[in-house]
Amino acid sequence: MRKCSLSVLPALFAEIAKSNTLYIPASDNAGGAKFTKWEEGIQYLDTLNTVKSPKDFFFPHTEDLMEFKVTGKNIELFDIREESEDFVVFGVRACDVKSFDILDRVFLSDPVDSYYASRREHGVIISLACTRPAETCFCTTFGIDPATPAGDISAWKTEDALYLQANTQKGEALLSSVEALTEECDSTDVEAQQEKTRKIMQKLPLANLTTDSFGGGKTLELFDSPKWDELSEACLGCGTCTFVCPTCQCYDIKDFNTGNGVIRYRCWDSCMFSEFTKMAHGNSRLTQLERFRQRFMHKLVYYPENNDGLFSCVGCGRCLSKCPISMNIVKVMKALGGEKK
Amino acid sequence: MNTREETLIPVVGVITDVRIDTPDVKTFRVVTPDGKKAFEHKPGQCAMLSIPGVGEAMFSITSSPTNTEFMEFSIKKCGCVTDWLHQAEVGQQLTIRGPYGRPFPVDTEFKGKDLLFIAGGIGLAPLRSVINYCRHYRDEYGKIDIVYGSRSMDDLVDYKEIVEEWTKDKNVDVHLTIDREQEGWDGHVGFVPNYVKELGFDTNKTAIICGPPIMIKFTLQAMVELGFNKEQVYTTMELRMKCGVGKCGRCNIGSKYVCKDGPVFRCDELDELPDEY
Repeated sequence: MRKCSLSVLPALFAEIAKSNTLYIPASDNAGGAKFTKWEEGIQYLDTLNTVKSPKDFFFPHTEDLMEFKVTGKNIELFDIREESEDFVVFGVRACDVKSFDILDRVFLSDPVDSYYASRREHGVIISLACTRPAETCFCTTFGIDPATPAGDISAWKTEDALYLQANTQKGEALLSSVEALTEECDSTDVEAQQEKTRKIMQKLPLANLTTDSFGGGKTLELFDSPKWDELSEACLGCGTCTFVCPTCQCYDIKDFNTGNGVIRYRCWDSCMFSEFTKMAHGNSRLTQLERFRQRFMHKLVYYPENNDGLFSCVGCGRCLSKCPISMNIVKVMKALGGEKK
Repeated sequence: MNTREETLIPVVGVITDVRIDTPDVKTFRVVTPDGKKAFEHKPGQCAMLSIPGVGEAMFSITSSPTNTEFMEFSIKKCGCVTDWLHQAEVGQQLTIRGPYGRPFPVDTEFKGKDLLFIAGGIGLAPLRSVINYCRHYRDEYGKIDIVYGSRSMDDLVDYKEIVEEWTKDKNVDVHLTIDREQEGWDGHVGFVPNYVKELGFDTNKTAIICGPPIMIKFTLQAMVELGFNKEQVYTTMELRMKCGVGKCGRCNIGSKYVCKDGPVFRCDELDELPDEY
């Protein structure tokens, strides 16, 4: 493990940014934080979490896939894929780091999504342990330890120092590139902080939430629950939950006519939208109840069924704070039996 | 990077023939610009066709894999992409990618069995691939029965091929029906599920059903009444798709994605899925 004084942080960022594009949490000028490209003058914002998840580093909100030139009856196709640049993201919380594993199982399973894979290969994640988890946090429900975040490098920030531990080859390489700014240290301070954070987690209001009622094989038991009606009743279908969610990965593919050709692009989509499953001859999910149920069944039953029991929620709490009608996965889980008595 | 395979990137294809099947169904013949098949497929698999600027959609490949020269798609005019295709002429280029999905088990479970194909309307399109595959390898399969129904005699897809080829094969029986009486039609009149019950097939057959969802539901019910087990009945499904490889997240029924776990399902497998199709 290596450490540096917090006063060295700007120099550390500058050193990393010499050979990589670096993103750090900074003010979004709207009371929240967002991952922002670091340059001289950008201040690191000591925040619990960013408003939007960091998923768009690997799975951007919109991205161009290919280009066509149409001349009369003829079509020319252009592969416009480019290798991603090297980049580093600093300050990713344990929940969000776990979300990358969940996305990997979708995009890196056969057939590999090369757009995603390229960014994943070129991105280095420096995570950051939590010290002040919020009341909306429930990552421990999904087996995540906020005091031990994964990533290429794990980081811990105390009052006066930053501690860094490389977990992967990419992490080791990056850490050795800033060796001059850091010094070798033991993990005593980190362990003390971890202990404190874990104690806080146990006292949080959502500490009793469990996944016991969910997982693969529960489809028929939960699908027809009478609870869905009440739970989904007020859902506006706005899709905010899916946009802030670090694990939501549904996408749409659309064509844009530039006047000089056609760009086929991919953009985030949401199972909460009425047109998501609409076909020329009908719609398999006609009501908001069906669409609402799909979202939560996918995270709590379908995804784990297809992925060795791994749930597609990391307990980051974004949907809890952003849903305009205050409906969220915690309420759904509790209603369907997911709370320890 | 550009050498890396990417399933979302199609190849260019060209329409070399357009056959008018019914007032709203046309069959398009597609090859690559250098005259070859775009890729090999198995019976029941699908392909994504697109017109840049119009859209991309999934279609079942109606030609048999044994056709070495081209692929065919029987397409009903019912939405943006299909409307556009219906006004396309020979020589029009499009894009094609695939094949997608789990095919019919023609080389395993179907081998040596008596086969009963039941189709309604455009539902014949995916079954034609299997029927012609089984006709090609005729000795590998037992008796073949085909029950096919449509709204009217003008709506029977592939009518010429059915009458001129299928009905002339040895050990193949074709049973056609239309929904309502029509001048010039001396065949059976009535809905497919009822006709299946009237015909009363031997329950040792393996059945393959495709048609509108309502037709599939009632036909399956009729089959069960006749004494068939759901393990003997296969169907092929269709839901909205964007990627074709189980990633875009919309064609699932429970934990199964129609694009990769289907489109072919054995009917007992559907019982384990929620009723959301």
